[in-house]
Amino acid sequence: MIEVIDLHKSLNGTEVLKGITFKVVKGEILALIGKSGHGKSVLLKHIVGLIRAERGKVLINGEDISQSRGPAREQLRKKIGFLFQGGALFDSINVFDNVAFPLREKTRLKRDEIRERVLFELAQVGLSEVEGKFPAELSGGMKKRVALARCLIMDPEIMLFDEPTTGLDPATAKSINNLIRETHERLKFTGIIITHDIYQIFSIVQKIAVLNEGRIELIGTPTEIKTSEDPFVKQFFLKGDDHHEKI
Amino acid sequence: MVLTLQTYYGMEKFGAEALLGPTVALALIRELGPVLSALMITGRAGSAIAAEIGIMRITEQIDALEVMALNPYRYLIVPNILAGIITFPLLASIFNVVGILGGYLVGVQLLGVSQGAYFGEMVNFLGVKDITIGLYKSLSFGLIVTWISCYQGFTTSYGAEGVSKATTGAVVTSSVLVLVWDYFMTSVLF
Repeated sequence: MIEVIDLHKSLNGTEVLKGITFKVVKGEILALIGKSGHGKSVLLKHIVGLIRAERGKVLINGEDISQSRGPAREQLRKKIGFLFQGGALFDSINVFDNVAFPLREKTRLKRDEIRERVLFELAQVGLSEVEGKFPAELSGGMKKRVALARCLIMDPEIMLFDEPTTGLDPATAKSINNLIRETHERLKFTGIIITHDIYQIFSIVQKIAVLNEGRIELIGTPTEIKTSEDPFVKQFFLKGDDHHEKI
Repeated sequence: MVLTLQTYYGMEKFGAEALLGPTVALALIRELGPVLSALMITGRAGSAIAAEIGIMRITEQIDALEVMALNPYRYLIVPNILAGIITFPLLASIFNVVGILGGYLVGVQLLGVSQGAYFGEMVNFLGVKDITIGLYKSLSFGLIVTWISCYQGFTTSYGAEGVSKATTGAVVTSSVLVLVWDYFMTSVLF
């Protein structure tokens, strides 16, 4: 379970997060939507402990990751998979080694077992043929799939997705969203997805939180959000509709 | 070779050409070998370290290591510093040997200094202390250059401009610190 309590953060003198509070119960996925530059990625990086909170708490299964250090934080991070916006694959090693990296460094599995697990995860994301390629040789969608395989190889309890479909064509974006749905059905992880792909995400997530100027404007089920009378949310979805129609 | 040439012209005036060998060897082993090789490696490897780690920073590869509960210092900083400590003295030694042989070509083959005087006097004047202090210097330069380069890469700000600044910062800061530290070591150790 993820619990964020009264989280505050300022960057370069600007208050980016102004008292964020929400909860994601075990096995649920929450979509975090909002305009660009309103603190979504900063919030996600607090949840994995990459940024330290000024005030407030981020509880992962009841333990505060924002205050933890050293081995305690490592233990919490082992439970979390993080899909970065650009994939964050190590560009000096090939796809196989990228996916195998966490297993080699954090487990005592034998070479054959590692190979089996890596090939399984690559097959799950539909990329059995690219194990020998380097990240620079992959398309944006393929990089995200490989990055997802690398996250999933350690069987995380919690998955955080930072704009998994941004910059991809609609067909690839849809395939990534389907992959997230299938993976969730298979592994039942608890998750948070930052996305601008609001219509495709409705069928994946159980809750949606709308972030506006560093605050949670509204949180609820996809139906509640869609039928909300909140002016900001209505305006946000109206613009989304316009955009959707244009596409 | 230029050092040999200049030294020869100076010594010829005092009839001290026989001391060409030890002068070249001492200058190389005590100063020029460690310092010039350090400056050359700073330009080649220091900038590469800063750029590589800087790109890893801006493409979130370092964040990815942290999220995997792995210590980025262990994977990125420690190997580079160890490599610097090992390779700087080795490269300075190669620099010294090549420099002395170049001096031999110019001094003995071109200018006619006796081969026996060139190497014989070198053995008489050169002490173990000169060699060990030269190696200590190289070792400390290796630490300084890799440390500064890693630091600059690790603290890169976002964007291509950030990587460019980190690379420049690594080369300039390392070069200046090498020269300052060289003065300090020379004044204390010799």
